[in-house]
Amino acid sequence: MAVLTYRDALNQALREEMRRDPDVFLMGEEVAEYDGAYKVSKGLLAEFGPKRVVDSPISELGFGGLGVGAAMVGLRPVIEFMTFNFAFLALDQIINNAAKLHYMSDGQFDMPIVFRGPTGAALQLAAQHSQACETYYTHAPGCKVVTPGTPADAKGLLKAAIRDDDLVVFMEGELLYNSKGEVPDDEDFVIPLGVADLKRAGSDVSIITHGKMIHVALAAAAKLHKDGVEADVLDLRTIRPLDMDAILTTVAKTNRVVYVEEGWPYAGTGAQIVSMIQEEAFDALDAPILRVTQADIPMPYAKNLEMLAKPSAELVVEACNKLLYR
Amino acid sequence: MAETKTKKGATKPDVLKAYGVSDELALELMQDMLVYRRFEEKAEEAYAIGKIGGFCHLHIGQEGACAGSIKALREDDYVISAYRSHTQAIAKGVTPNAVMAELYGRVGGASGGKGGSMHIFGAHVRFMGGHGIVGAQVPVATGFAWKIKYREEDSVVVCYMGDAAVNQGAFHESLNMAAVWQLPVIYVVEHNEYGMGTAFSRVSLTDMQEKSGTHGIPGTSVDGQDVLATYALFRKLVQEVRECSGPRFVNLETYRFRGHSMSDPVSGTYRPTEEVERKKKEDDPIVVLRDKLFSGGILDQEGLEAMDAHARRLASEAADFAENSPVPGPEALYRNVWAEVNPHGRLFFDSRRRD
Repeated sequence: MAVLTYRDALNQALREEMRRDPDVFLMGEEVAEYDGAYKVSKGLLAEFGPKRVVDSPISELGFGGLGVGAAMVGLRPVIEFMTFNFAFLALDQIINNAAKLHYMSDGQFDMPIVFRGPTGAALQLAAQHSQACETYYTHAPGCKVVTPGTPADAKGLLKAAIRDDDLVVFMEGELLYNSKGEVPDDEDFVIPLGVADLKRAGSDVSIITHGKMIHVALAAAAKLHKDGVEADVLDLRTIRPLDMDAILTTVAKTNRVVYVEEGWPYAGTGAQIVSMIQEEAFDALDAPILRVTQADIPMPYAKNLEMLAKPSAELVVEACNKLLYR
Repeated sequence: MAETKTKKGATKPDVLKAYGVSDELALELMQDMLVYRRFEEKAEEAYAIGKIGGFCHLHIGQEGACAGSIKALREDDYVISAYRSHTQAIAKGVTPNAVMAELYGRVGGASGGKGGSMHIFGAHVRFMGGHGIVGAQVPVATGFAWKIKYREEDSVVVCYMGDAAVNQGAFHESLNMAAVWQLPVIYVVEHNEYGMGTAFSRVSLTDMQEKSGTHGIPGTSVDGQDVLATYALFRKLVQEVRECSGPRFVNLETYRFRGHSMSDPVSGTYRPTEEVERKKKEDDPIVVLRDKLFSGGILDQEGLEAMDAHARRLASEAADFAENSPVPGPEALYRNVWAEVNPHGRLFFDSRRRD
């Protein structure tokens, strides 16, 4: 087990999967000669050459759709969006084609494609470059949506995504690229899609979350611990497919739930989770389920306003205390 | 193909020589066009009595463009199109029965009843759909061509679109990439002059043939009502592209004799009835070829009638097949949303289905 950055863990996953399967190729803006806008693809051009590590023009709709076509006829494209903010231009290809062609053709074409890149806010990039985009994709049947929060999860889940025969939207965190953690160096270290991971165990309250927000949740849990409150922190890791068993297990254990997500509250991922918990575990709840999300506004530029708009450990602690009537 | 009598008199002009087409091939093209015409007329009839639902866009009037271009392809070449594609599917090898059953929404349909008129698929014959968003099939076609080059194969992709598609960003992004990477694809605009009810001249200041030049792709115009000229051009272009000389663009000039879809009138506010009537009279691809074959002594009235009877029979059999094919059972509802349903996690969020 080596300590790697999230960025290097992703790089390792790409490298291993490209070595393993000659049909895997990486395409996107600046992925080759520039070594990747966030250096996730560093060194891949040197190892695999320009046929398999391909700089695209700035044409998200175009190369997104090219990937869809290549996947329909048996290649396994990994399409990098410099950030998911730019993927809106490709949304027609992702939702109308990639997510539907298997169904519309009644199974004649598989869609073994990964669309990947960072999602969510970084630091003071303002509204068009700071948004969590998961919900646009989880909404559509046919999409699988993966949001790793640690280097090990990033590696194991990206390998699973590349090997999967369906469309996988793989959403990284810009602010996570430099984060470090232990990562298995086993080439067959693959984390199945749809399996949540309990990142911290506790019995007083459940903090359920995904993606970058696990770090906010863990920070909140550490603060709560100092006050004698033990939080179960469940990282969903993939939000479609969804590990409902793990959710129901933690609900049964603590009877109190806070959902933390980086995106907006209205029709967000948390809204879906809340709905499912109340349908399936209403009797297990001792309090309403609360959500901590980004403020329901476009992200402002000013540093102080941006901090106010983001979900924070303080807001999560406050929500947990409210549930515990403290 | 039906037996036909040919009477080639020594004094008749050689009407096929200019195209480099044999008598047999010319007759085959005639038979194909008749099949497409009768098939679409049968679909029109079935739509009128409620057997077919949704949107239904007919190819009547454009049979020459379809037959002439696809006839130049090999089995392992790819064809992808928009939503006016029943006859292109048949031309590429999907059976008329499977296409008609798809229009009826039946199990025996090309897409198991899940696609309908706009989404006919035939993976086994490399008919890649059947796409409903204007221009969205163009990047996908470019992806097929990418794979051909990636795997060093020698297939060719033919990507059809209507004239309105060239104003989409997807069109220009795709042509640019195909040119930069020299991909084996022929982008074909079936230019029937109207994007739904909007005349092309109202939404473009430049001519169709110029649309590819800015991307460095050679463009050619051809009269799609002349099936022989269409075939001759595609035979040449397909060979060029197969020999790795990069993408091509074709302005295939044609005309639709019906409304944009079954719910529209044939003519009306956007095009005068006289225009449609004149085109039907002077520019019907079946009549154009018939006149050539008659004057060359390659076909006579009796032979034509036999071919037409065969076409009518196929259309009628397709309708019978569709009628007798069952509707999809409820078990089909959740099938094939995903290819790979791994054992973990819930994929569906719906009280009707829990996975």
